[in-house]
Amino acid sequence: MSLTEKDKAVVKALWAKISTHADAIGGDALGRLLVVYPQTKTYFSHWPDLSPNSPSVKNHGKTIMSGIALAVSTIDDLKSGLQELSEKHAFKLRVDPANFKILSHCILVVLAIMFPKEFTPEAHVAMDKFFCGVSLALAERYR
Amino acid sequence: MVEWTECERATIKDIFAKLDYDSVGPAALSRCLIVYPWTQRYFGNFGNLYNAAAIMGNPNVAKHGTIILHGLDRGVKNMDNMKDTYAELSVLHSEKLHVDPDNFKLISDCLTIVVASRMGKAFTGEVQAALQKFLAVVVSSLGRQYH
Repeated sequence: MSLTEKDKAVVKALWAKISTHADAIGGDALGRLLVVYPQTKTYFSHWPDLSPNSPSVKNHGKTIMSGIALAVSTIDDLKSGLQELSEKHAFKLRVDPANFKILSHCILVVLAIMFPKEFTPEAHVAMDKFFCGVSLALAERYR
Repeated sequence: MVEWTECERATIKDIFAKLDYDSVGPAALSRCLIVYPWTQRYFGNFGNLYNAAAIMGNPNVAKHGTIILHGLDRGVKNMDNMKDTYAELSVLHSEKLHVDPDNFKLISDCLTIVVASRMGKAFTGEVQAALQKFLAVVVSSLGRQYH
């Protein structure tokens, strides 16, 4: 299920529309992840406040979205583009890769809420494929 | 047995009370057929599913989307006994329709996204958690009679 040229064009076009709101998207998606999938809180036990509007969550949401921005800019070779991030997740953070899927889902939900008109079924399938590709690239260095 | 908090019960009833079945059902099913095209295998006799526009304009898809959503009503009315409530539909999907139960999760995710787009900011993390828990129980009940 690799990205076609059309998928890449759709992803880039949608990103162009939503990237100014990247911080808000990231914060909402991460806040949502911690509420909808409480097991993910285990990765953030070092934060004083895990509630959706806390500074830690908002800040980390920004960090995540900057990773997504990097992925969009390296969409033609996600494996190379995300190699450093993959190594970080594999050796330092040790996040179970199953969580990439559920965070992707939360980001898609936020896009549906914030951009109901733009998040058409065609945009949805391209973004879903894109996040699958990102997740795969992020898991590349795990073993 | 699944435990529901009062808040979860109220949230589910509220979501479904405000849902426009004739719009959300078709939107969810057509989104599923577009985002996960292999699900089209179960709708061979629905006519033109050639591209997204055809799927979204297909009257058979629209009609069936509404039927699926009304199927969730049974769960909303029987939240404390979904296993028995969906036993008959489970047998139908297994023995007659031969639907791979993994597909239930796919349409479930599409429905979550459509509901999110309709509810906007009101679709908070707590509301999402309640809806996803409800849909997970429906999915589990629908898969129960497979053998």
